[in-house]
Amino acid sequence: MRTLIFRTIAPYLTSLMVLFSIFVLLRGHNDPGGGFIGGLIAASAFAIYGIACGVSPVRRALYFHPMAISGFGLLLAALAGWLSLFFDVPFLTGLWTTVSILGLPVDLSTVLFFDIGVYLVVVGSITSIALALEEREHG
Amino acid sequence: MTADSQWLTFLALMLPFAAAAVAPFLTRLLHHNAAWVLALAPALIFLHFTGFLGAIADGQALTGGYAWIPSLQVDFSWYLDGLSVTFALLITGIGALIVLYSGGYLKGHEQQGRFFSFILMFMGSMLGLVVADSFLTLFVFWELTSITSFLLIGFDHSRAASRRAALQALIVTGMGGLSLLAGLLVIWGATGANSLSALMATGDALREAPVYLAALILVLGGAFTKSAQFPFHFWLPNAMEAPTPVSAYLHSATMVKAGVYLVMRLNPVLGETAAWETILPVFGGTTLVVGTLLAVRQTDLKLMLAYTTVASLGLLVMLTGFGSEKAIEAAVLYLVAHSMFKGALFMVAGLIDHESGSRDVTKLGGLRAAMPITFAAAVLAACSMGGLPLFFGFLAKEEIYAALGFADGWTTALTVVAMVGNGLMFAIGFAVALKPFLGAPVKTPKHAHEGPVLLWLGPLVLGGLGLVSALVSTVSHQLISSPMSSAVAGEPVTVTISTVPHVGLPLILSVVTVAFGVAAFLMLDRGRALMVRLLNAIGWGPDKGFDQALAGTTKLSFGVTNIIQSGRLDYYMTATFVALAAALLIPMVTFGEMPAVPDFPVMPFYEWIVLLIGIIGVGAVIYARDRLTAIVCLGIQGFAVALLFMLLGAPDLSFTQFMVETLSVVILALVMTRLRLSPTDHRPTSEKISDVLVAGACGAALGLMLLRVTQVPFNAELSDFFAANSRVIAHGRNIVNVIIVDFRGADTLGEIAVVMIAGLAILALVRIRSAKPAKAAGEG
Repeated sequence: MRTLIFRTIAPYLTSLMVLFSIFVLLRGHNDPGGGFIGGLIAASAFAIYGIACGVSPVRRALYFHPMAISGFGLLLAALAGWLSLFFDVPFLTGLWTTVSILGLPVDLSTVLFFDIGVYLVVVGSITSIALALEEREHG
Repeated sequence: MTADSQWLTFLALMLPFAAAAVAPFLTRLLHHNAAWVLALAPALIFLHFTGFLGAIADGQALTGGYAWIPSLQVDFSWYLDGLSVTFALLITGIGALIVLYSGGYLKGHEQQGRFFSFILMFMGSMLGLVVADSFLTLFVFWELTSITSFLLIGFDHSRAASRRAALQALIVTGMGGLSLLAGLLVIWGATGANSLSALMATGDALREAPVYLAALILVLGGAFTKSAQFPFHFWLPNAMEAPTPVSAYLHSATMVKAGVYLVMRLNPVLGETAAWETILPVFGGTTLVVGTLLAVRQTDLKLMLAYTTVASLGLLVMLTGFGSEKAIEAAVLYLVAHSMFKGALFMVAGLIDHESGSRDVTKLGGLRAAMPITFAAAVLAACSMGGLPLFFGFLAKEEIYAALGFADGWTTALTVVAMVGNGLMFAIGFAVALKPFLGAPVKTPKHAHEGPVLLWLGPLVLGGLGLVSALVSTVSHQLISSPMSSAVAGEPVTVTISTVPHVGLPLILSVVTVAFGVAAFLMLDRGRALMVRLLNAIGWGPDKGFDQALAGTTKLSFGVTNIIQSGRLDYYMTATFVALAAALLIPMVTFGEMPAVPDFPVMPFYEWIVLLIGIIGVGAVIYARDRLTAIVCLGIQGFAVALLFMLLGAPDLSFTQFMVETLSVVILALVMTRLRLSPTDHRPTSEKISDVLVAGACGAALGLMLLRVTQVPFNAELSDFFAANSRVIAHGRNIVNVIIVDFRGADTLGEIAVVMIAGLAILALVRIRSAKPAKAAGEG
C-alpha cells in the first residue's frame, strides 16, 4: 500500500481531512456535523497517514499519545459540565456567552467545549487502536 | 440551624479533603513540620463542633444540609446530636494529635506527603459518616472510610503482608458496606424514611415491620464487619501492618467504632426487641472473650493492643445490646474512655518501636530512664484502661457493673464475661505500659532515647485527658456523656457517676476485676505459652478461612471461565448472534407481536437503485473469493445504507454511517491481515450452513423487529419537544447534535467514557498479542 503516489498525497490528504473535521465539528450545532463525526473523520485521516507513511511519523506528528488525547477529551467534557456548578444549575446545563474576537461577535458555550471533548475522545481512541494495529502490521 | 452556621458546618466537613489536597505540596515545602500546619484543619473543625455543645446539652438535635439530587429525594445532610458531636470531637481532636504524631513518626519518609493526604481524607470520611443524616450521605462516607483505610493499611505497598492486609480489610468491610446498603434500603422501604432524623421520628414503625429481622441482620452485617466482631475480627489485627499512627487512629480510636456508632445510632428504632437483646450481647460477649484470650497470646505491643481493641469493641456491642439505660451510659463512657487510652497506648507502642527499634514485649525493658515522658503517658493511659479510680476508665467500669449485676442467669453470665474481659485487658494494658519500661535495661536494636515533641505530645495529652475528664466529671457528663447517652437511648438520660468510690456491688466487682487483672499480669508469660499451645492445637482460624474462601472463589471463577471462555473467536461470534436472534425472535413469537405484512412500497427509481447496490454488496460479500475482498464488499452495502439515510433526510446519520463504514473497513482489514488467516475460506459446506442459518436468523430478526417498531403508533412527544426547543433553549438548529451535546449530555458523557475504556481495552489486547508473537502465530 506504500506506493509513491499514495505516500506523496497522504500528508496533504490528512491535513485537509483534519481541517475538514474541525470544520465539521464547529458547524455541528446548526448544520449536519458535530464532535462524533468530526472525530471519526480525523481518526480516518490519521489512519490513512499511518497506512501510507508508517506509524512513527503519525506518532511524531500527534506529539501526545492518542490515548492521552482521548483522556483529555473526557476530562474536558466533564469539566464543561462542572462549570454549571458555579451558576447553581444542574450538571451539564449549557451555558452561553458571546465574546468579541477581532471585532466579530463569537458565541461561546460549554456545549462547544463538551463537543470538542467528544471529538478528542473519538479521535484519540480510534487513532490509538488503528495505529496499534498498523504498528503490528509493519513491525 | 442558621444559614451561616449551615455554611460553616459544610465547610468544616469539606476542610479535611481540602487539607488532603494541599498536604503533599506543603510537605514538600516544610517536610515533617507540615504537620503543625495540617493539624490546624482538624483543630479548627474541633473548635467548630464545640460550638454546638451548649445547644446539644440542652437536649436539642440540629439538622442541616443541602439538596443533592432533588429528583431522587437525596440530600447531603447532617444530624448533630450528642452522639454525632461526641464522635466528631473524638475524630477531630484525636485526629489533630495523630497528624502531629505522624509528622514525627514518618519524619524523613519520602512519601510523608501522601500519608498526610490519606489520613486527612480518612478523617473527612469518618467525620462525614458520623454526622450524616440522609442514608446516602451515610453510605457514601461509610464506603469512603473503607477505601481510605485500604490506602492507609497498604501504605507500605512494597510489602506483600501490607497488601494482603489492605485487601482483606477492604473485602471484609466492603462486603459489610454492601450489607449495610441493603439494610438501609430495606429500612427506607419499610418506613418511608430515608434519613436518620426522619427514621428517629417513626417510633415503633420499624420494630413492628415484617422486614424487621431482615433489616436488623443486614445492618448488623455492616456494623459487625466494620467493628471487627467475631467471627469477622481477623482483619483488624492484620491491619496492624499499617504505620502506627494509622493503627492508633483508625484501628482503635475511630474507624472501627463506626460499627458501634451505627448500632448506637439505630438503638432507638431497632433496639429493645428480643432479637436485638440476644444477637448483640452474644456476638459482643464472644468477641470480648476471644479478643482478650488472643491478646494474651501476642508478644508484639501493637498486636496485643489490637486484640484488646477487638475485645473492647465486643464489650461496647454487648453493652449497647443489653438494652438498659445504665448499660447505654456504660457503653458511652467506655467508648469515650477507650478512644483516649487506646489511642495513647498505640502511640506509645509506636514511639517505643520508633526509638528503640523493637516492639516485642519480651525483648524490651528498662526504658523508663531513657524515655520518661513516654513512660508517664503510658502509665496514665494504662490506669484508665485498667479502670483504676480517678481515671475515666474507672467511671466506665463502675457503670458497666452497675448496669449488668446478678439479676438472673443471663445477666450473671454477661457480668462474668465482662469481668474476665476487663481483667485480662487490665493485665495486657499494664503489660504494654510497664514491661518495656521496668526491669533491667535490655539491649535494643537502636539506642533508645526520648522522642521529639511531635511524638510524645499526642499520647501525653490523651493519657492526661483520661485523668482530667474524670476529675471534672460533672462538666464532662453535662457536655458529652449525658447528651450522647440520651441520643443513644432515644430519651433524656443524665449520667451522674463520679470518681468518688461508692461502696456497693459495682465497687466490689471492680476490686475483684483488678485483683484478677494483677494475677493475670503476673502470670502473663505462662498464659501466653498456654494460648500458643491451644491455638496450635486448633490450627484453624477465620484468618485462614478467609484465605481458603478467597482461593476457593478464584478456583471457581477459573473453572467457570474455562467452561464459557473457549478462546475461539468463531464460538464467541456464534454465541453472540444466536443470543441476539433468540432475544429478538422469541418474545415476538411468544407474545404474537409479529409485524403485519406491509404494503408494497412506492419508491422513486433512484431509491431502488441504491437498494440494489446494497443487495449487490451483500451478494458480493458471499461470493467473494478471498477475505479482503469480502470486507471491502461489506463496505459497499454500508455505503448504500448511508446513501439511503441521505435520501430519506437524515444527513447526520448518513454522515456518521459513511465514516463508520470507512473506518470499520480499514480496521477490519488491518485486523484480518494480522490474523494470518489463509486468504480464502476452506471450511467444508456443512460448517458454512450453520453460519448461514445463524446469519439468516439474525437478519430476519432485526428486519422483523424494525418492521414491527414502525407499525406501532409513533409517539411524537419527544420529537416535538426537541423540534420546538432546540433553537430556543439550546441555541442550535441541528437537533441531532443538540440532543447529543445538550439535552442528553449526561448520556453522551457516559458514552464517550465507554468509547475510551473500549479503546484502552483493545489497545491492551493488541499489546498482549504483540508481546507474544510466537503464540499469536500459533493461534492463527
